[in-house]
Amino acid sequence: MTVIEFIDIHKSFGPKRVLAGFNLKIEKGESFVIIGQSGIGKTVALRHVAGLLSPDSGRVLVEGIQVNGARPAALRKLRERMGVLFQSGALINWMTVAENVALPLSEHRRFPRREIERRVDEKLELLELSDAKFKTPSEISGGMKKRVALARVLMSNPDIILYDEPTTGLDPVMSMVISELIRQMQRDFGVTSLVVTHDMKSAFHVGDRIGMLYGGELVQVGTPDEIMNSDNLVVRQFINGELEGPIRAQ
Amino acid sequence: MNEKGAGAGNRFSAMLEMIGAGLIEFLDQAGYTMLLLARSFYYLKDAPSKAREIVTQMYFAGVKTLTVCSLVGVFTGMILALQTGIELQNFGMQYQTGRLIIASMTREMGPFMAAIILTASVGSAMAAEIGTMKVYDEIDALEMMSISPVKFLVMPRVTALAAIMPVVSVYIIVLACLGGAVVANSILHVSFNVYIKHLYKGIHFKAIYVGLLKAFIFGIIISGVSCAFGLRAESGELGVGHATRSSVVASFLMVLIFGYFITALFYG
Repeated sequence: MTVIEFIDIHKSFGPKRVLAGFNLKIEKGESFVIIGQSGIGKTVALRHVAGLLSPDSGRVLVEGIQVNGARPAALRKLRERMGVLFQSGALINWMTVAENVALPLSEHRRFPRREIERRVDEKLELLELSDAKFKTPSEISGGMKKRVALARVLMSNPDIILYDEPTTGLDPVMSMVISELIRQMQRDFGVTSLVVTHDMKSAFHVGDRIGMLYGGELVQVGTPDEIMNSDNLVVRQFINGELEGPIRAQ
Repeated sequence: MNEKGAGAGNRFSAMLEMIGAGLIEFLDQAGYTMLLLARSFYYLKDAPSKAREIVTQMYFAGVKTLTVCSLVGVFTGMILALQTGIELQNFGMQYQTGRLIIASMTREMGPFMAAIILTASVGSAMAAEIGTMKVYDEIDALEMMSISPVKFLVMPRVTALAAIMPVVSVYIIVLACLGGAVVANSILHVSFNVYIKHLYKGIHFKAIYVGLLKAFIFGIIISGVSCAFGLRAESGELGVGHATRSSVVASFLMVLIFGYFITALFYG
């Protein structure tokens, strides 16, 4: 079953064409990774799924429901089943780790305080953050911030998680920890994942399929093995980090 | 001659274009701010659940600005006493200094001074804080959690500033009267008893409630304008700086314009 579908998406910012005929289908429970240069439009594509950006033309469907142009109530309903792990973590700075994690539930007052506290403890334990419960985001490391943000996403038990550069700015060990967590979410909770990254090690670890974004569209989509052994010059230059080739520094 | 004429025509149309673009930008921002304030008033129903945030914002606006408010209040009173007292002395009426100070402070200067201080210290901080949240995706994260940024961020700030501004204004007025008393006594040789007696004579109920109303409205304007600029910040840190600067300029202008119209409404 297709969960996320991009149909002929075009998106420009002023004269800059970012997405030009972008098409993609992501199946239920799949972990799909979009790779590409910085500033090429990976995050723009991801934001379309969350309804944070609207395409100039084309359609974005989540479980058959069109996201672009959806009414606020319909969009809210869709977002309740979706979580976004932002690049910066997007934690609220004046709140403690526990308050940040509790936020999706505490603000809506749908659950008693005890139940929220129980769930917060459960998520913090799952992500090995119990010791940081009463710390503020400024008192924890970058890797911990990402894990806190992930714990916050998991509070609403989403079916779909969108990861925006989840390993950027982290050391290799922490990058692998986060990559493994993404896999764990898919394995243990059956989450459908869309990951955008330029961290190739992480991409090969978390992706069931990988798509290379270049010139506003996916130039190749395939399994990690297919991407690793690709004949496409763009893909080969990017994954091997070569200076010579069709990709020019932006 | 024709080339000169064409050049002047181009310059004129470029100028018109610039004015038009500026006007559209102004109307766009003003409309956005008014809608934001309207939505913020709607969420007042949720104010009890945001009591902690409202009190925190009141603390930042009231307690954290105490030192600067004290200094501004005292020195404003001293300057007023000195400027008006010296003139009044020429007519042997320096004993009226207190009356002039309380009248000008309650009618205009108190709320205006409070507005200047809180725009510079609290309004700019609000724009910078919310602007930073915007560029670091925190506002988008709230949207993704179906949490209204207006309810979560704007309403508590508008409520806090609207509530604290009259208090800060009264505090500045009291300190200005004290500062004025020191100058009246030490330089103009007016006894404290005479100063206070005439100060009381200058207190008018209308001046007080109009002054407090002004302060209340200034609080709404400053917080609304600052939050609006913060929420529309773009392009990273540069955008946050731009939003902060613009919010301070716009708040000052709005305070002046609204101040005039409130005065005209009650005294015109």
